[in-house]
Amino acid sequence: MKILIKIIILLIIIPSKSFSLIEVDITRGNLDPLPIAVSPLSIDENSRQNFEKILKKRNIGEEISKIIEVNLKTSGLFNPLNKDAFLQAPDIANLKPRFEDWNLIKAQALITGKVSYLDEKLRVEFRLWDVLAGKEMVALAFTTVPTNWRRVGHIITDKVYQRLTGEKGYFDTRIIYVAEEGPKTKRIKKLAIMDQDGANNKFLTLGNELVLTPRFNPTSQMVTYLSYFRNLPRVYLLDIETGMQEVVGDFPGMTFAPRFSPNGKKIIMSFAKDGNSEIYTMDLENRIVEKITNHPSIDTSPSFSPDGKFICFNSDRSGYQQIYVMKSDGSNVKRISFGKGLYGTPVWSPRGDLIAFTKLHKGKFYIGVMRTDGSGERLLTENFYQEAPSWSPNGRVLIFYRETKTDDKGEGFSAKLWSIDLTGYNERMVKTPTDASDPSWSSLLSN
Amino acid sequence: MKKSRIRNIDQGAIMKLNKILKNTLLIVFACFALSACATSKKSTGQMQGDVYTGTDTVEYLASGVPDRVFFATNESVLTTASRETLRKQAAYLRKNSKITIVLEGHADERGTREYNLALGERRANAAKDYLMTYGISSDRISVLSYGKERPVDSGSNPLAWSKNRRSVTVKAN
Repeated sequence: MKILIKIIILLIIIPSKSFSLIEVDITRGNLDPLPIAVSPLSIDENSRQNFEKILKKRNIGEEISKIIEVNLKTSGLFNPLNKDAFLQAPDIANLKPRFEDWNLIKAQALITGKVSYLDEKLRVEFRLWDVLAGKEMVALAFTTVPTNWRRVGHIITDKVYQRLTGEKGYFDTRIIYVAEEGPKTKRIKKLAIMDQDGANNKFLTLGNELVLTPRFNPTSQMVTYLSYFRNLPRVYLLDIETGMQEVVGDFPGMTFAPRFSPNGKKIIMSFAKDGNSEIYTMDLENRIVEKITNHPSIDTSPSFSPDGKFICFNSDRSGYQQIYVMKSDGSNVKRISFGKGLYGTPVWSPRGDLIAFTKLHKGKFYIGVMRTDGSGERLLTENFYQEAPSWSPNGRVLIFYRETKTDDKGEGFSAKLWSIDLTGYNERMVKTPTDASDPSWSSLLSN
Repeated sequence: MKKSRIRNIDQGAIMKLNKILKNTLLIVFACFALSACATSKKSTGQMQGDVYTGTDTVEYLASGVPDRVFFATNESVLTTASRETLRKQAAYLRKNSKITIVLEGHADERGTREYNLALGERRANAAKDYLMTYGISSDRISVLSYGKERPVDSGSNPLAWSKNRRSVTVKAN
């Protein structure tokens, strides 16, 4: 459990209630990102040298502020300003910003801070300022082991994001995905995990067997996925820290499309037998297996609502792939997708209000969202091939994968991760060391 | 009066002839168009509807016994040609009673991964059911779906996709 770190958050000053302070509206497109100045976290010479020895980084204060900047920019809601224009030195700005100076470069918000070396630990304090009002909005300090310095940057971003948008952030998170290599006809696939910003990439399997569709449990310490170990496609469970793996259940055939229930106690998945795929759950504590659907059609891609009371899933019982919702005991099955085309991969939003999906219509693939009764369908992005959306823990961003069309010789294939804002804006490729597919977003690692 | 009547008749006849000519021409043109279609289909590698009918990727369990059958988009129904192939496989397997097989079901890349896994399983089972009706015991058959994970043709075009929508009979021993 080395990743489960102990962060001591000392609330220096409880932020005062804000009526007139700045706010960022995340329910609309990011046409006008908020100009924000991220002053490099100041550091005294002694601390700088100590961290340089431990972390091989010349100035850890600057490095942390770079992480914050990249996070803010990637969100599409903020426009971090060029540091060359900053007039005030970092150490002085952290004590008392000269708001006129920051106002001059059009900054509306300002982040300042200080890093110090304290009993072999990394101590960070930071402040968020409203430049126009000339007021402090957040002030926090925490202490952690030095190797956690990247997470410090993510946690600060989460606090800033939360203070300015009113909703929790999604920066101190990780992505589990399938790393892909080799020709399309003989693809080698491995489970891989990385920080949300692509750092600390790590492979979890060797690529000896085909692996697909990894998904986190609610605490993000376990993963359920499909493995073709010994050419038997089965749902597995993997403990990320210990590397322990086990088969889920004892089914006489292929199990696939696994996900955790919202409390992490059950796995919901499909079991295919005699040409018929049905949805089952298995309780991880008492191993009790329950059959949820009962229909001769294909029933797959199940996903629980966050309160655990409903399940959305994919079925072709109408003749073609459509999205259905039922109660978690399998009763009250209702079709909710009625637009033109085929619908697949429904995933319930962590906020509970929306279902994200993949749609195929006239040879194009779309990622979209609809309300849980099927109304208000909105397509966010169109492409040759893309599927498998996964929600950020705050339900504001979707990550999915996209494949390119090959040329006449069958060359030029690639698979990459992409993210898009729920508003349909801010579509970005998520950099990975290899080709990538089947992303799953973790919960917030620190709260 | 008479004269003009005759002329009218003549004109009528001519008009009729014209019509007939036109129609024949149309038919001739139509024939050309159809044969053009047929040839162009052949040249891209043989598909009927969108089911692959060529032999490009096909391997053989024994002489004259093709190892695979092909499917239409989103379908798991066996075509006439597929049933013929499977009957040949069944005859071969009846003669070689020690052979056990794996039916590997596949889908093309134009579908979501999880649905395609289920579809591959359904296709392989369609082949299994048919083999069983021709006397092959289910003990000798196992089924494995690869969904869209193992295409034989890496192309992104209808012909490549048709080759990839398949159930392949593989000897397991």
